[in-house]
Amino acid sequence: MALKINKPGLSTSVQDLGRPGYFHLGIPISGAMDRFALRAANLLVGNPEGAAGLEAVFMGPEIEFTEDAIVAVTGAEMPITIDGEAVEGWTSFTVKSGQTLAFGFLKTGARIYIAVSGGIATDPDLGSRSTYPIGALGGVDGRPIAQGDVIPSGQGIVGKAGLSVPTDLRRGPTNPAELRVLPGLYWNRLTEAAGNGFFEDTWIVAPEADRMGYRFKGGRPLEFVDREQPFGAGADPSNIVDGCYSYGSIQVPGGTEPIVLHRDAVSGGGYFTLGAIISADMDFIGQLQPNTPVRFVKVDMDEALAARTSRREALQKIRKDLT
Amino acid sequence: MKTRYTFGGDEHIYVEIDEEMSLDAFFKSLSMSTAVRDANIPGVTEICPANASFQVKFDPDVTHPEDMLKRVKELEHMADSAEKRLSTRIVEIPVYYQDPWTQECVMRFRERHQDPSGTDLDYAARINGYDSVEAFIEAHHSQPWFVSMVGFVAGLPFLYQLVEREKQIQVPKYLRPRTDTPKLTVGYGGCFSCLYSVRGAGGYQMFGISPMPIYDPEQQVSYLKDFLVFFKPGDIVKWKPIDRAEYDRVTAAVEAGTYTPRIAEVDFDLEEFNADMAGTNEKLMEALNGA
Repeated sequence: MALKINKPGLSTSVQDLGRPGYFHLGIPISGAMDRFALRAANLLVGNPEGAAGLEAVFMGPEIEFTEDAIVAVTGAEMPITIDGEAVEGWTSFTVKSGQTLAFGFLKTGARIYIAVSGGIATDPDLGSRSTYPIGALGGVDGRPIAQGDVIPSGQGIVGKAGLSVPTDLRRGPTNPAELRVLPGLYWNRLTEAAGNGFFEDTWIVAPEADRMGYRFKGGRPLEFVDREQPFGAGADPSNIVDGCYSYGSIQVPGGTEPIVLHRDAVSGGGYFTLGAIISADMDFIGQLQPNTPVRFVKVDMDEALAARTSRREALQKIRKDLT
Repeated sequence: MKTRYTFGGDEHIYVEIDEEMSLDAFFKSLSMSTAVRDANIPGVTEICPANASFQVKFDPDVTHPEDMLKRVKELEHMADSAEKRLSTRIVEIPVYYQDPWTQECVMRFRERHQDPSGTDLDYAARINGYDSVEAFIEAHHSQPWFVSMVGFVAGLPFLYQLVEREKQIQVPKYLRPRTDTPKLTVGYGGCFSCLYSVRGAGGYQMFGISPMPIYDPEQQVSYLKDFLVFFKPGDIVKWKPIDRAEYDRVTAAVEAGTYTPRIAEVDFDLEEFNADMAGTNEKLMEALNGA
C-alpha cells in the first residue's frame, strides 16, 4: 500500500519513537516531538506503538490512498476531511482506496500525528524511520516529504474504525502554558536573583521553534556569577567548555533568549544550560505555537517523577481501552 | 580537577570532570564513560563522553535517579586509577586554507563577527599574537590534534591541539551563530578546532576546507562503507595544507571511490606526552609518514 502526497503541508516528516544509541556520535534521538500523540495514533489503528507515522506542523498534508486503510489523527486540533467529509480527531476511521485525506486550518496545538494501519514503511536508518534532515537519515531520502512522493506503508488492515481516545486523556498545553523545569546542569552559573527571575517572568514562544529547539523571548536577561572564564571555554560568561546537551535542557546563549533543546537538537556545544524540562512535559513543547505565553515552573526530582508516572498511567489507560 | 555531578532533568546525569579543558580531564571523562558502560547499570540507554565532561541518559522508571547518581559516583575511583593510555590511530586530513567557499561564507556573515573589517583568519592570527596569517596557519597545522569529542552534528570532531597550554590557540565563537557553514569547513572556537561534517549552522571561526568527507549516510565513500561516521574520541589528526589543485584531485578521487586517507596505528600515553611533548609528537609523525 502507498500514500500519494498531493500536498506536503509545511514541514511534514516521517517519525517513529526515535533512534537511540548514536548520541555520542552527534546523531540525536529524533522521533515524534509529541510521542504520546504518536503512540495514541498507532494504538487507534492497531499498530505497535512505535510504528512510524507522519508528523505535520501547523499545516496538514493532502494524501491520496491507493488501498483501503484504517487511519487516525491525534495531537493538535485541526479539522480532518476525507474527500471533503469531516471526521473526528483521536478516533480511528476508514479511508477507501482512491480517497483523499486533507486538513483545515489549525485550531489549537501545533503538530498532528497521522497513523495508518500497517505503519509507514520507508527504509529505516540505524534502526529508525525517523527523519533527521541535517544528517540525511530516515524518512524519504532523509528529508521532509514533498509533493509527488509515494510513501510505502505496511500491508493489511489490522485495526478497526470507530475506536476513540477519551477526551480527558487528550491533554494538550494550557494557555499560558506551564513547563516544569528541574534546575541543574550549570544552574550554579546564575546569580540567585537571575535564577528567581527566570521563574517569575512570562516568556513567549519565539518564531524560531522547531524540531531542534524552541526559543523563548520576553523575560529579563540573565546575570551570571562572576568568574574568570575557564581555559578553553570562550570569553562570554554563558560559554562553557563544549559538553553534551541533555534533551529538554535550556541553554541561554549570551544570557538573553532561552532555547529548550528538543528531539533533533545538536548533541553538544559550548553554551551553559540552567536545567531541563522534565520528561513528562517534553510532549507539550512540540504543541506550542509561536507567541504562546509560557511560564517555567520550578520542580524537584520527586515532582518530576510523579509527573512522569501520571503521564505513563494515562498512556496505560489508552492501551487498556484500545487493545 | 574537581568533579561535579548534576542531573539534566529526570533522564540524564551530567558529570563535569573539570571546568577547564585539559587532556587529563578528557582521559578521566573517557575512562569514566567506559566504566559506566562496563558496569551495565540497568536503565542506562546512552553514554556520551565529551571534552571534559560526560553524560549518561537513563530510564528513571528502571533505576531511580538518586540510585543512578550513586552508581555513577562510585565509578569515579576506577577512572582515577585507570591507565591513561590509548591504542588509537593518527589520520592525515588535507586542508585547503583560505579557500574560496569558506571565504565567501566569512564575508556573508561579517555582521555577526567581532571584527567585520577582516577575515576570521586575520582576526584569529592577530588576537593570538601572530605577525601574519601564514604564520598562524603554520601554527594550526604544524602539530597534531586529539579528537576529544564527537558531536554537535553527525560525526563532527572537536579537536584539541597536542601542544603546551601557552602555545594553544584560543578564539571566541561568532557573536551570533551563523545559519550556514560549508560542509567540511575547518572551524575554531574556544581552544577547539573542528571539522564540520555536514552543512549547517555554526558559531566557530572559519579557516579552510577539507576535500575528505567524514560523514556519509549513504555509505558510498570508500573508507565509510563499514560505518557512516569516520571519527571517534581518541583519534589523532594531522592537518596537511594543500592547494586548489590538490583539493580538486582529492575531491575527484573521493568521487571515483579511490581515495584512501593516510592512517597509522599508534599508541598514545598521556604521561609520556606530558613528559615530552615534542618527542611524542615526533614519534606520532614518524608513524604517520611511514604509513
